[in-house]
Amino acid sequence: MLKVENLHVYYGGIHALKGISFEVPEGKIVTLIGANGAGKTTTLRAICGLVDAKGSIKLKGEELIGKPTHEIVQKGIAMVPEGRRVFPNLTVMENLLMGAYYRNDNSIEKDLEWIFNLFPRLQERKWQKAGTLSGGEQQMLALGRALMGRPQLLMMDEPSLGLAPLLVREVFKVIKKINEEGKTILLIEQNARAALKIAHYGYVLETGRIVMEGPGEELLNDDRVRRVYLGEA
Amino acid sequence: MGIVDLFQQLANGLSLGSLYALIAIGYTMVYGIIRLINFAHGDVMMVGCYLAYFGVLMFRLPWQISWILAVLLTSLLGVSIYIGAYKPLRRAPRISALITAIGVSFFLESLGLVIFGGRPKAFPRPPAFDIGLNIGGVYLVSFTLWIPLITAILLVGLVYLIYKTKIGMAMRSVATDIETTSLMGVDVDKVISFTFAIGSALAAAGGIMWAIKFPQINPYMGIMPGLKAFIAAVFGGIGNIFGAMLGGFLLGMIEILVVAFMPSIAGYRDAIAFGILIVVLLFKPTGLLGEPLKEKV
Repeated sequence: MLKVENLHVYYGGIHALKGISFEVPEGKIVTLIGANGAGKTTTLRAICGLVDAKGSIKLKGEELIGKPTHEIVQKGIAMVPEGRRVFPNLTVMENLLMGAYYRNDNSIEKDLEWIFNLFPRLQERKWQKAGTLSGGEQQMLALGRALMGRPQLLMMDEPSLGLAPLLVREVFKVIKKINEEGKTILLIEQNARAALKIAHYGYVLETGRIVMEGPGEELLNDDRVRRVYLGEA
Repeated sequence: MGIVDLFQQLANGLSLGSLYALIAIGYTMVYGIIRLINFAHGDVMMVGCYLAYFGVLMFRLPWQISWILAVLLTSLLGVSIYIGAYKPLRRAPRISALITAIGVSFFLESLGLVIFGGRPKAFPRPPAFDIGLNIGGVYLVSFTLWIPLITAILLVGLVYLIYKTKIGMAMRSVATDIETTSLMGVDVDKVISFTFAIGSALAAAGGIMWAIKFPQINPYMGIMPGLKAFIAAVFGGIGNIFGAMLGGFLLGMIEILVVAFMPSIAGYRDAIAFGILIVVLLFKPTGLLGEPLKEKV
């Protein structure tokens, strides 16, 4: 579904991505893992058109590089940004409607029901300002908001960041469930173990390069990955 | 001073305050959405006045049609200013945009001077606005009541637009987080353009009514009302539309009452307005309704 080839990003004088290539097949969960500063977030930002990039990013064969962010999103890519970034002064309901902003079909109501089914907490709080939600609820809202765009590809940047361990488990359960309902997911995580456990395929990013790849299970059992990213001896 | 005089002055304060409020909203909306003080805003108001003037006196349009056309054309001017001058600088340091705004202001004033000429023109006051009224001993000209009435209608419409419509929701989300709004598939530039259109339309409406109240127009007429409305916006809490309304009405009221009750210092009315700004900035830098600056989470 998504095919990234030889992607380069320069930040000022820094060569943040040094020609990475990877693929996200339809219906799968793919994860990029790596340390802070490896280029994970930059990769997602490049796909969304939030940073200038060179190379090729194709969604179902259509080149995305050079297109403005809102057009890329309208083609079916949704992102749950790092730190959630819900609109704090908008209500929960309005946040979800923002996710569906560019749609003008008439099944928005139905999708709202689906989101409220997925996250009953959001329904209880739908008239509350999003800024008053807890971290976990905001993460659910950010995810729900992204899903309201009916994306073909859902990208998530560190969904477990800053959440209590119990909530982390819940978030990953939801991600898995959404995938089982047919969504293609590109997941970025520092919590490599949790990510690799649910991912069909993983890539390891190190200072702007992909140094290793393989099925999630395989990477989980790889000695080097275990030592460097899973903190095992 | 008797109770009748007090009512007289309150009515005057209300109509002046209405005008400040209408113009202040343009400052506060643009600031709220792209953190820019649009110093050209007062001059946009001036252009609105001239458009209404020419509509009536040159094209012989009925005043209602002429005013509406002037408001629409002024909102187009606002959008053109955004697209031509500010949009290319959206990612530039804020000071560049600020200097550009001052440049746009000079540009509009000079253009006005070239096209309209420097000699003040008498703005035609429609008869409905020029009726002398005696309400229980309070003598008013009918525009003193029309101005707050029209202002109230416009403000109710604005609040509805911002809080009850889809584009209003997008305006509020752009104001908190431009990047994330674009991740919702929203063309942020369209939303900002729309904001400029609304702000400029309100400035034109305020300007036309300003010219009804003070019926002499010239290319520099926007400077003082623009600055005062800017003060009103800061006074109320810049970025907050209710703050701009409150600040506008309070500033208008204070100005009129000071002049009425202390005629000896009436000549300092502008100094008093700026004094208020300084005091507010000293004690409450975020203004009356401004929220304390929060870090973005």
